[in-house]
Amino acid sequence: MGTLKDHRSSIEEQHTKKMERSRIVVGLGTCGIAAGGNKVMAAIRGEVESRGLDVDVDFTSCIGMCYAEPVVEMSLPGAASVVYGGVYPENVAKLIEGHLVNKIPVTDMAEIQVVGAGVPYEGIPVMEKSTYYEKQIRSVTSRLGRTNPERIEDYIATGGYAGIEKALTMEPQEIINEVKISGLRGRGGGGFPTGTKWQFVSDAVGDKKYIVCNADEGDPGAFMDRSILEGDPHAIMEGMMIAGYAIGADEGIIYCRAEYPLAISRLNLAIEKAEAMGILGNNILGSEFNFKIRIKAGAGAFVCGEETALLNSIEGYRGTPRVRPPFPAHKGLWQKPTCLNNVESFANIPFIVRNGGAWYASMGTEKSKGSKVFCLTGNINNTGLAEVPMGITLREIVYDIAGGILEGRKFKAVQSGGPSGGCLPADQLDLPIDYDSLIGAGAMMGSGGLVVMDETTCMVDMARFFLNFTQLESCGKCTPCREGTKRMLEILERICEGLGGPNDIETLERLAKVIKSSALCALGQTAPNPVLTTLRYFRDEYEAHINDKRCPAGLCAELLTFTVNDRCVGCGVCIKACPVNAISGEKKAVHVIDPEACIKCGACVPKCKFDAIVKA
Amino acid sequence: MAVCKCTGEHVDSPQDLQLMELLGDYRGYDGGLIPVLQGAQEIFGYLPSEVLETISQELTIPFSEVYGVVTFYAQFHLKPRGRNIIRVCLGTACHVRGGSKIFNGLKDILGVGDGGTTEDLRFTLESVACIGACGLAPVIMINDDTHGRLEAVGLDTILEQYA
Repeated sequence: MGTLKDHRSSIEEQHTKKMERSRIVVGLGTCGIAAGGNKVMAAIRGEVESRGLDVDVDFTSCIGMCYAEPVVEMSLPGAASVVYGGVYPENVAKLIEGHLVNKIPVTDMAEIQVVGAGVPYEGIPVMEKSTYYEKQIRSVTSRLGRTNPERIEDYIATGGYAGIEKALTMEPQEIINEVKISGLRGRGGGGFPTGTKWQFVSDAVGDKKYIVCNADEGDPGAFMDRSILEGDPHAIMEGMMIAGYAIGADEGIIYCRAEYPLAISRLNLAIEKAEAMGILGNNILGSEFNFKIRIKAGAGAFVCGEETALLNSIEGYRGTPRVRPPFPAHKGLWQKPTCLNNVESFANIPFIVRNGGAWYASMGTEKSKGSKVFCLTGNINNTGLAEVPMGITLREIVYDIAGGILEGRKFKAVQSGGPSGGCLPADQLDLPIDYDSLIGAGAMMGSGGLVVMDETTCMVDMARFFLNFTQLESCGKCTPCREGTKRMLEILERICEGLGGPNDIETLERLAKVIKSSALCALGQTAPNPVLTTLRYFRDEYEAHINDKRCPAGLCAELLTFTVNDRCVGCGVCIKACPVNAISGEKKAVHVIDPEACIKCGACVPKCKFDAIVKA
Repeated sequence: MAVCKCTGEHVDSPQDLQLMELLGDYRGYDGGLIPVLQGAQEIFGYLPSEVLETISQELTIPFSEVYGVVTFYAQFHLKPRGRNIIRVCLGTACHVRGGSKIFNGLKDILGVGDGGTTEDLRFTLESVACIGACGLAPVIMINDDTHGRLEAVGLDTILEQYA
């Protein structure tokens, strides 16, 4: 078995040759597959075969443009490669005919072009200058959508495993110092300085130490870890290996949620290939350093994203949190010192080691260095994955990258940090995104989900939604979280049903305060945040629900009334649409809705061509 | 263990043998309970109480603890499940784009609630917190197929594809 150095030049040479051929690459992350990527792949293979074209057909992971899925990239030798969006089996022939046979890109379906060393085309936005990518940086996501995550050769040819090669020539403490200089903070949401954590584990006394990667991404609206797991599994493993060398551990465990089967299978494949090349295992790259990695599939419990609950789950117990201290750095897995970091944190490490801590610290703000990957979802035009420098404003993300609100509706709030975070209103849009500003505004970075809401979203309903989630996922170990979130949820449900009382807001605030200060783990301590931030910024909506029995967003069904106005021409379409026969009226006369019989399903509203049914 | 209906004898079914093989890999292994339960559910489709008893005896873990772990994690099931599993995403992004309307629509069509299985064992309906396909919200998964950008109308045509 040769060393990585021997391999690297031949791998790079082959990679360059491969990139110089005509290629079609289909995005097959979970999102691409969900949008029909496999069917597109089959159609492409069929078309290439039937035309007898000399073209390589390959796949990659998610490039980040979820809004454009299924995404297909095509390139000719010496030319820029063009990324096409919304590719379905029926337009595969047109794309192949145009781009590869006639050598003229199909500009109306082209999203962006990646120029690299090739000649750019006219009339297609260059990736770095395109609406979606102009304000982004591609560091930890640089391989996403660019390499085949199931081939270790692609990883090595793009600088992969150069980080561990360099690390093995350094003293462990030097590596920890570099991570400290980088200013990297925990990307799972907590924001604890990674270098400091490594120092604790390094200083801890123990005959055996562990590295654990938290890949139990459970926040609804967050999928950046999944994208990295599926798109760059080797980077996470390399980060764990470097951590292992730095703190003196020889075993790493990736705790991945079971809902991510593709991530688990790509990780397994990556481990297998790295072991076969002598990059993982004993005497790594000819050194004295040994490191092995195994995967532990979660079993479906949100609380296992909490570090001590995760450790209990690996040990085979119910995933309930432990009392801290002792912290995992001193007594973690099997009571041994354990370094526990999130997927995105580990994936950043090879870049930091290769380029130096100072390089990483040159991005971002004073206290939040580097970049962060966000998932943009909700009522926006461009849903997807975006890596941005810390310190960018919410406005730049919502309006420049995400392309603003769907159907030109009005922005209402952006939810950051999942069930632990908060909803920020329009006047906070210029807030720079970093750990401390978000906490100051009542939200938090969380893992990086940003859900944008427009005027049709009811903020009380949103708070109820999150409380329902945390209440269901509360493990039940401590009373404040188990009982408190249930009581808060009951009050919110009451308010949404129009049965809110005058003391409800005060009780919510009191409960929130108690839960925040007394719950055992972060799940409970942060559970009241969605309620507190909506009370802080959207108190008038709560008051409208409680005092006026009105839902300003027109969403809480119990508070709505449906009436017919004089635009009604008496066509009778709504009568047929109503499932409970609540609408009556003569032909050509204004119809009437019986409020007693109406179940407020709203089925009549879209049927009326004259906008005569009013929901209020 | 399966019991023979004629003689009342205990007979090892092929599934029981698979379970014993699985247990062989994890005896004396720390933290083996969850992987064993995951494997056993793969074999049997759910976790019948006899299987839990066998696991408890073979791994020398009290039955109460095994039961505690099974009921803690959402992935484990104590009852038989439908041939087709429908997972309706009720994550934030799907919620904002009308996921609950899809969920209610499916409940009406199938006549079962959250976690329910139709009498003919054709479908099991479940809600999940997030599938991670937020870009395509609202989303459901039927077995391994993801159906995105859904509307309440047309759900029955999707279900027809699954026997």
